[in-house]
Amino acid sequence: MKLIFEKGAPGQHLDLLPSCDVPEVSLTHERQPELGLPHVSETELTRHYTALAKRVHGVNDGFYPLGSCTMKYNPKINEDMAALPGFTQIHPLQPESTVQGCMEVYATAEALLGEITGMDAMTFQPAAGAHGEFTGLFLIKAYHQHRGDSERTKIIVPDSAHGTNPASAVMAGYTVVNIPSGPDGCVDVEALRSAVGPDTAGLMLTNPNTVGIFDKNILEITRIVHDAGGLCYYDGANLNAVMGVVRPGDMGFDVIHLNLHKTFSTPHGGGGPGSGAVGCKEILRPFLPGPVVVREGDGFRFAQPEHSIGRVKDFYGNFTVVVKALTYILTLGKEGIPDAAKNAVLNANYMMKRLKEKYHMAYDVTCMHEFVMSLEDLLHETGVSAMDIAKGLLDNGIHPPTMYFPLIVHEALMIEPTETESKETLDEACDVFLKLWDLAHSDPQALHDAPKTTPVRRLDEVGAARNPVLRYQGENQ
Amino acid sequence: MGSYIPNTDAQRREMLHAVGVDTIDALFESVPRDMLVGDGLKLPAGLSELEVRRAVTAMAEKNRIYPTVLRGAGAYRHFIPAVVKSVVNREELVTAYTPYQAEISQGILQSIFEFQTMICSLTGMDVANASVYDGGTAAAESIAMCKDRKRTRAYVSACAHPHVIETMRTYCFGSGTELIVVPEKDGRTDTDALKDMLGADAACFYLQQPNYYGNVEDAAAIGEIVHAAGAKYVMGVNPIACAIMETPAACGADIAVGEGQPLGLDIAFGGPYLGFMAATKTMFRKLPGRIVGQTHDVEGNVGYVLTLTAREQHIRREKASSNICSNQALCALTAGVYLTAMGDEGLRQAARLSLSKAHYLAAELEKIGLKRVHSGEFFHEFVTTCGNTDAVLEALDKAGILGGLPVKDGILWCVTEMVSREELDKAAAIIKEVC
Repeated sequence: MKLIFEKGAPGQHLDLLPSCDVPEVSLTHERQPELGLPHVSETELTRHYTALAKRVHGVNDGFYPLGSCTMKYNPKINEDMAALPGFTQIHPLQPESTVQGCMEVYATAEALLGEITGMDAMTFQPAAGAHGEFTGLFLIKAYHQHRGDSERTKIIVPDSAHGTNPASAVMAGYTVVNIPSGPDGCVDVEALRSAVGPDTAGLMLTNPNTVGIFDKNILEITRIVHDAGGLCYYDGANLNAVMGVVRPGDMGFDVIHLNLHKTFSTPHGGGGPGSGAVGCKEILRPFLPGPVVVREGDGFRFAQPEHSIGRVKDFYGNFTVVVKALTYILTLGKEGIPDAAKNAVLNANYMMKRLKEKYHMAYDVTCMHEFVMSLEDLLHETGVSAMDIAKGLLDNGIHPPTMYFPLIVHEALMIEPTETESKETLDEACDVFLKLWDLAHSDPQALHDAPKTTPVRRLDEVGAARNPVLRYQGENQ
Repeated sequence: MGSYIPNTDAQRREMLHAVGVDTIDALFESVPRDMLVGDGLKLPAGLSELEVRRAVTAMAEKNRIYPTVLRGAGAYRHFIPAVVKSVVNREELVTAYTPYQAEISQGILQSIFEFQTMICSLTGMDVANASVYDGGTAAAESIAMCKDRKRTRAYVSACAHPHVIETMRTYCFGSGTELIVVPEKDGRTDTDALKDMLGADAACFYLQQPNYYGNVEDAAAIGEIVHAAGAKYVMGVNPIACAIMETPAACGADIAVGEGQPLGLDIAFGGPYLGFMAATKTMFRKLPGRIVGQTHDVEGNVGYVLTLTAREQHIRREKASSNICSNQALCALTAGVYLTAMGDEGLRQAARLSLSKAHYLAAELEKIGLKRVHSGEFFHEFVTTCGNTDAVLEALDKAGILGGLPVKDGILWCVTEMVSREELDKAAAIIKEVC
């Protein structure tokens, strides 16, 4: 498919702006080079992007069981609410008295999410999960420093953690201590006990963890860290399994980030914008990024936390994403929130049960919202890898599971169906998975060759990295 | 209550039977019993769609929409062509995940490749990434690209946006980098001070162009000072101003970043917005975040993939150049559609109209005694004195006009193509009555 720069002709354009109704002004030094933007009519423009949209698999194009990403249905009412002019046309620096509705959105979302997570305060500044991790770690850092406890330089991270965890810890100036998981995929409590010490700033943990298991030792784990003087950070990527059922705050966590674009149904947009809201216990409130919204009488005002780490972003956060999440929480409410979690867990266990017929489960126990299969044996028997099965799924209209993660499982496929899929969809998907397992044995080459029906076939990623072409260079190149 | 769960009770019973348990609660047996919330969750009951619509709309209606906006300071109300929202609301684009599965994500990958090309064109730089969270985080991320063992201090102009400076400072708190603010003089970076301050340990200097006060900085001369000290030169630019102002590349920038919100994104109480980052050939491998590259499939067809991933967290973990996972893909797509709709002529026109109308307002205000605080050239923002800021803003407010932002020496005004001459005349007349 052509690039937008290769379409249309010089002179084609849209008529958008009126002529100048005041005297025209020039600067002393103006730009010399052409802008080099596309030159197309409105017809070409819309056809180009319609064609691009057709080359994308969205949540409504088919099943999307991408583990750790919670690709649930994105309700349309959320989009409608976020598009209200009373939200989209508001300048972030308007007088406080004229933005009380926006502040009410933040204050209400903070109260509801605080109840769901068991946290006392929340900031919505972080724009994504990784940004939230970084913010949460800064809170931990500021807390220790404020107490004059400057020797705490290490963050403990299990080897099953998301890659963002160690990367965020380094950005926060910490040394990362990786600890191995036990044979059950959970935290090796003895390894943790020997890793903590006076240099421990904190622990980062996902629970349920990245193999989809709720760590039954969670209270002991958080106690070990607290006894050593560290704080406990909850990576909220997997909250969908337990929201409304059990609260991170009650597990002993001090600070948490949420992915509103996963758990709270706001769309992923092909990789953002998301929202990585950070909640914390009372002890960390004084360090939150400012400004925060506080209630005053019948209204709201902005305030600066006493020992704020400073802002992590311009203005207040990805506001309209928070509007979508709030709409979702108000819709589901007290019954709907835990109901979503419970159905996510049921759907995952049902799929796991059906796929166990042929596939090897990395941890063959009751799972939470997701489970991990290891295709190591299949690879040895047939030469068909997790990647091959994933590409075979593409030809069947299914978005593949997360591949090769977590790192502690070889040839991993991590499946998260979510609660918004029907039994019918799950059954159809299971049939496809099982059919591909048979195909791996009868005709492995067919899977090495997959996909065949997609807009492009397997792409040369090595070549792309070796000879990077990162922009359109004109017709001559 | 509302719910998005399709399965019926009967289907659930079938599934539970297949799994081999009697109740869903049995699946949560690994959770310590005394930790379960049970009925204790203090949330309001769920609502029907109509009730939710009423509740959330009521919040939106508590906000005030100003028909006329003369305030910018980092969030700019520009014209957004109808095609932009029409394209960006397509549900495939809205709902897809990060394009890890390239074969079924070509639309998103190609749109990012086109966005990267457009950012390179606007800035004159060689390589752009797929975007980051916003202009402030783009500026903050640029510091890590410039630091090495010897060069450990970052410098920023006092004339940069205060939020950007604060975000940079927060990021520096994490990495243990010292951030030093270079003072201003007459609303511009004090170049004499800059020369004195940059030493052998200077990693980079960040200049905003046009700066927070709207003033045009002598960016090329500042670039020479920065390079003479052996530091990297980071410019934060307004992408619409780029249509008519000298490019960061022409001014010698090693890295160009900026807030992409003016490119078709609503002001939306501060977000979501869009940070762009571009660099020279020698520095692009240090860019954080996603980058899309062109390649071929097994049949020789052109296609696009996320590339140079060896810099990234999911591969490198604690050795990654940044923790960035998401970009702002849908916002980058928005900017791409906007720039396509505007084209060269349209974007220049938006810039020219903003520039000219801001100068018209400045002249009208000067006539009634609100003089510019700074001398020299400005783009579409400027600061005037005002003896009676509260009264002026209140009078404008009554007429549905959001006046400029109060700053330390007066009022920071902004005019874009959205404001007609008639509205500017009306504003001036109201101010005249108050002053």
